[in-house]
Amino acid sequence: MPRYVALIYSAEADTPPSQEEWDTVMVEYNEFGAKAGAAGVVAGGEALHETSTATTIHVEGGKGGEVITVDGPYAETKEALGGFYLLDCADLDEALEWAALIPGAWHGYVEVRPCIDFG
Amino acid sequence: MNLEETIRIEGGRVLATLIRFAGDIHLAEDAVQDAVVAALGSWDTDGVPDNPAAWLTTTARRKALDRLRRESKRSVKEEEAIRLLDEAPPPDDGRDDRLRLIFTCSHPAIDPTSRVVLSLKTVCGLSAEEIAAVFLVKPGTMRQRLTRAKAKIRDAHIPYRVPEDHELPERLQAVLVTVNAVFTAGHHAARGSFDSRVDLSEEGIRLARLLVDLMPDESECQGLLALFLATHARREARTAADGEMVLLADQDRTLWDHAAIKEASALVDRALRRQRPGPFQIQAAIATLHGLAPSYDSTDWSQIVQLYRALERLQPSVVVRVNRAVAEGELAGPDVALDLLEGVESDWHLLWAARAEMYRKLGRLEESRRCLHRALSAEVNESDRALLEGRLVALASIES
Repeated sequence: MPRYVALIYSAEADTPPSQEEWDTVMVEYNEFGAKAGAAGVVAGGEALHETSTATTIHVEGGKGGEVITVDGPYAETKEALGGFYLLDCADLDEALEWAALIPGAWHGYVEVRPCIDFG
Repeated sequence: MNLEETIRIEGGRVLATLIRFAGDIHLAEDAVQDAVVAALGSWDTDGVPDNPAAWLTTTARRKALDRLRRESKRSVKEEEAIRLLDEAPPPDDGRDDRLRLIFTCSHPAIDPTSRVVLSLKTVCGLSAEEIAAVFLVKPGTMRQRLTRAKAKIRDAHIPYRVPEDHELPERLQAVLVTVNAVFTAGHHAARGSFDSRVDLSEEGIRLARLLVDLMPDESECQGLLALFLATHARREARTAADGEMVLLADQDRTLWDHAAIKEASALVDRALRRQRPGPFQIQAAIATLHGLAPSYDSTDWSQIVQLYRALERLQPSVVVRVNRAVAEGELAGPDVALDLLEGVESDWHLLWAARAEMYRKLGRLEESRRCLHRALSAEVNESDRALLEGRLVALASIES
């Protein structure tokens, strides 16, 4: 069965969400997790700390070269990757249907990408 | 029917069936190509078989299997394709396969321009070179666009299926928009005149006929076909001997294809009886009313005005507003039309051309001239440019 990754993007707030806001979003995510989990669609997924915790590295001059380490995400954008799900679905239509149930789809955007099958 | 015609007509059905079995447009195209080469060889000597589509499908399936087996490394997906190709039931007329293919080509996950191009390639059977010629781009660019779209269908597993009933309104709309874009590209070349042996308007009509045939219960499909027929019926009268465009009011109505207008009118009647009006049915009704009028002056403007008002409620846009204003102007006078265009802001040249015409009729020639200049400052194709410049000259002759 094809596997898709649903990448969840949203604007990072300057101030942390209030307990109430946090709880509301968590309820939404738990709801999605229970529904997609019961359907056997979710093959994995993580929520990520915000981009201020990201570190980006690049090996300069090919394999074995100098490791350049930079504080921050690879690309500074208004909407940042905040988490992802791995979804096993029959086809893109099914993957998009599930993606539209991820709370990130209304708090921000969800990008759906097919994973390469090396099988 | 000669061999080439048979292959062009049957090829589309066979390709649609093969794409379903192989799950890969590229492999299916190669296999159908192989089968066509085989057909050219054997049909010439043995004659065309009774059921050419079945012959081509069986041969293409065998060729697809050969191609898959020749590749040393097989993925799970290819094994699955081999299984499907091996187990394939005898082909039907390819009806449902073509419907599936049309929906796949117009999937919302594919960008709108590629939907048009992909439909022309797979459903109409045009080559990348032919499509490149009508869209005035390099064949390499067109091949790249097609390759990208086909790869997305394969890699993202965009399904070959007709959407469920509850999804149909939204998904059918995308299909109708694609087919409309094919027709309109032929009707209104974006810029300049174009020289190509492919008539996109006729391809659009072919696709619309296919949709009516495949989904006889969808009244918007009938509306789309009727709109195309009624519009295309006027093509001979639209261009003057010197290549300039002739407006509806000035067209020689004996040049119209009255049989096509009659067919359009019957389609509109049948569609509207279902009582599920949509934008294409309404536009078709307007085009048919124009087509049935013996002269411009005897046009049924009051009914056309009603239809434009209904269209604007369903699908408000600057284009609809301008068309409605022109029709209301014919019924109630140019000042009414100008009032309707009050506050409409757009660079669309025909908005300014319409304003210019209303001012001219009211004798406000300086304002008319200014609007014509404004229209000419927008992006305008050559025939519209010639028309607008002609009006400027005519204005100058009134003023002097």
